[in-house]
Amino acid sequence: MTATSSIRTSETLVTLRHGAGGRAMRQLIGETLAAGFLQTPVDGIGLAAMDDGAALRIGERWLVVTTDSHVVHPIFFPGGDIGRLAVAGTVNDLAMMGATEPLGLTCAIIMEEGFRRSDLERIQRSMQGTCREAGVTILTGDTKVMGRGELDGIVINTTGVALADAVIPDAGLRPGDRILLTGSIGDHGIALMVKRHSLAIDAALESDVTPINGLIRAALAAAPGTVTAMKDPTRGGVSSALHEMAEKSGVGIVVHEPRVPISPVVRSAAEMLGLDPFQIANEGKALLGVRPEAVGAVLDALRAHPLGIAAAEVGECIADHVGRVILDTGIGRRLLVEAEGEPLPRIC
Amino acid sequence: MPEAVLTEGASELRFRDPAKAKALSAALGRVVGEIGRVPVSVMHVCGSHEQSIAKFGLRTILPRDLNVIMGPGCPVCVTDVPEVDEAVVLAQDGVRIATYGDMLKVPGSVRSLADAQAEGATVDVVYSAAQAAELARDTTEDVVFFASGFETTAVATAAVVLGDPPPNFSVLSAHKYIPPVMEIVAEMPGTKVEGFLAAGHAATITGSAIFERFVARHKIPVVVAGFEPLDILGGLVKLVELVRDGTPRVENMYPRCVTPEGNKNAQAQLWRVFRTVGGHWRGIAHVPNGNLRLRDEFARVDTRRRYRIDVRRLWTHAPSALTQVCICGNIMAGIASPRDCPLFGKECVPDNPVGACMVSSEGTCKIWHQYGGHPDL
Repeated sequence: MTATSSIRTSETLVTLRHGAGGRAMRQLIGETLAAGFLQTPVDGIGLAAMDDGAALRIGERWLVVTTDSHVVHPIFFPGGDIGRLAVAGTVNDLAMMGATEPLGLTCAIIMEEGFRRSDLERIQRSMQGTCREAGVTILTGDTKVMGRGELDGIVINTTGVALADAVIPDAGLRPGDRILLTGSIGDHGIALMVKRHSLAIDAALESDVTPINGLIRAALAAAPGTVTAMKDPTRGGVSSALHEMAEKSGVGIVVHEPRVPISPVVRSAAEMLGLDPFQIANEGKALLGVRPEAVGAVLDALRAHPLGIAAAEVGECIADHVGRVILDTGIGRRLLVEAEGEPLPRIC
Repeated sequence: MPEAVLTEGASELRFRDPAKAKALSAALGRVVGEIGRVPVSVMHVCGSHEQSIAKFGLRTILPRDLNVIMGPGCPVCVTDVPEVDEAVVLAQDGVRIATYGDMLKVPGSVRSLADAQAEGATVDVVYSAAQAAELARDTTEDVVFFASGFETTAVATAAVVLGDPPPNFSVLSAHKYIPPVMEIVAEMPGTKVEGFLAAGHAATITGSAIFERFVARHKIPVVVAGFEPLDILGGLVKLVELVRDGTPRVENMYPRCVTPEGNKNAQAQLWRVFRTVGGHWRGIAHVPNGNLRLRDEFARVDTRRRYRIDVRRLWTHAPSALTQVCICGNIMAGIASPRDCPLFGKECVPDNPVGACMVSSEGTCKIWHQYGGHPDL
């Protein structure tokens, strides 16, 4: 570090890009928050793996734990709300570790003084409904209120616990594995962006926020032991998720753009706004690494589920270009761009 | 969303047809071969062209002996340091700044607007000049629109200025005008450029005929092209044909949007509000008539006349020594590529840019950093 560059704000203060789910966030966590915890031995998957959650060995099974704080603006958006997001987000993080039958959730809520009681009730009803869909309940919680202006509306933290027979890490991809995507990309982020900026796009844009543990359960049951890695492409989108999987697994990934499902509305809106759909957040989709011989079985199982109708095989893992994600556009090839926390407001 | 509306991707769009792209790529190879000397170098002067070339992976299907150089076609990149400093000083003084997202991270002498924002200044990202004026209407605070862009974008700013903006709204213009800088590049000693691919959207405003004088003076062909992959490949084929035949002239390969005379109404609005003045383009040179500034009659909306902006107080630190090493200027002039820069991808990355080319989504360095430049993929 040169003497002159140390005066740059980006190195002394936390900025929004540190929360955008990309490289900057991983670096910040590695350099500050995780320091000192990484060396503690864990029988299973701990902080060092920077996975969707942790997994501890309990006899023959695994206790899977994950936690997530949810802030979203606006709190009610087309297709969902912060309550649905808080339940689905944590249930999905568990599912991405292979734990599709959660034992329960905790829920901690911090509200700003003046928050409307009717909004809180609406959020609670939404959480109830989403819990029912996911087959989970809230076991315990915590509620705090902060002074006006000390917090923007409401923050919800949920923690999920589950038991699993096998844990599926981010890092399990091997050359030859195929990449499956469970449905269309970009719906959540674009729906929020359009709503937040009051953009006059006259089309049905809805967030895809949904618990997908049932979908993942069906996929895992179809060909046990053949799903080598999973990740849900939330903040940072498909691009960040694939980069993380490629880096941790020590493989390269080739994605075939024409095979990636995306709705025409999302595509048009993204082009208008100058956004890359591969960097846009999703809240009801998953990327699966699958052994080549099991692709048919897993894809059939996904497509047989209402949440996986549009599932597609979108790419494959290669031994070279380790840590990189190559996009075949149908015309030529390039590297897939990873999100860097562009000056876009937070969306999940 | 019903399954029926999901598409199989870009392949069905007319100007993104992979088979036609392959045919054009083959034609390009043929014509470049017929020229009989290598390499053949052409320049485009538009960040949107580079974006498209990179986004669709076109460099992997261009002939090896065809050098497609990106010129000074990114308005954010050529925004000069003192212009950024002006916006930073205003922001630090508590004036609300509205600007395009790309302008946030452009380094000034010691601070970017993003830095100022992290330190407490109010900076709003807007998608249009109209949105900035809206913002001013919704508040009693002063709102300064830090306006960047070439003549295309300047027209939108002009329309807002003419549309009776609220009294608390003003424009800090960093708008630039492209035709004069093409002259600079063509006259640069050691230039290798044998043809220009002109930006289709700017030409919708100016018309394609505006390049006639340039071609007559410099005997270098100009082809106006659009931004879809087939537009660009088709434009390049036409351009290398003109190079091969030694027949410099203006060709319009974007007739579905561009006419010879352009959009007269937009031109009228542009020149009613703006006048050209000479000014420094970051990393390039002093460009005579290269900057667009508001005319005297719009002093009321001109930030530079409404505020006394003293950027010298920012100069408490020396600018980073790294900026002396940065070769953004040579890259934008087309005489160097990002891989010639010792900082590229090391000290200079999008998260912590040294030069403006690494900031904007239309900057050569950022595009190369993200999409892998001339990748062997």
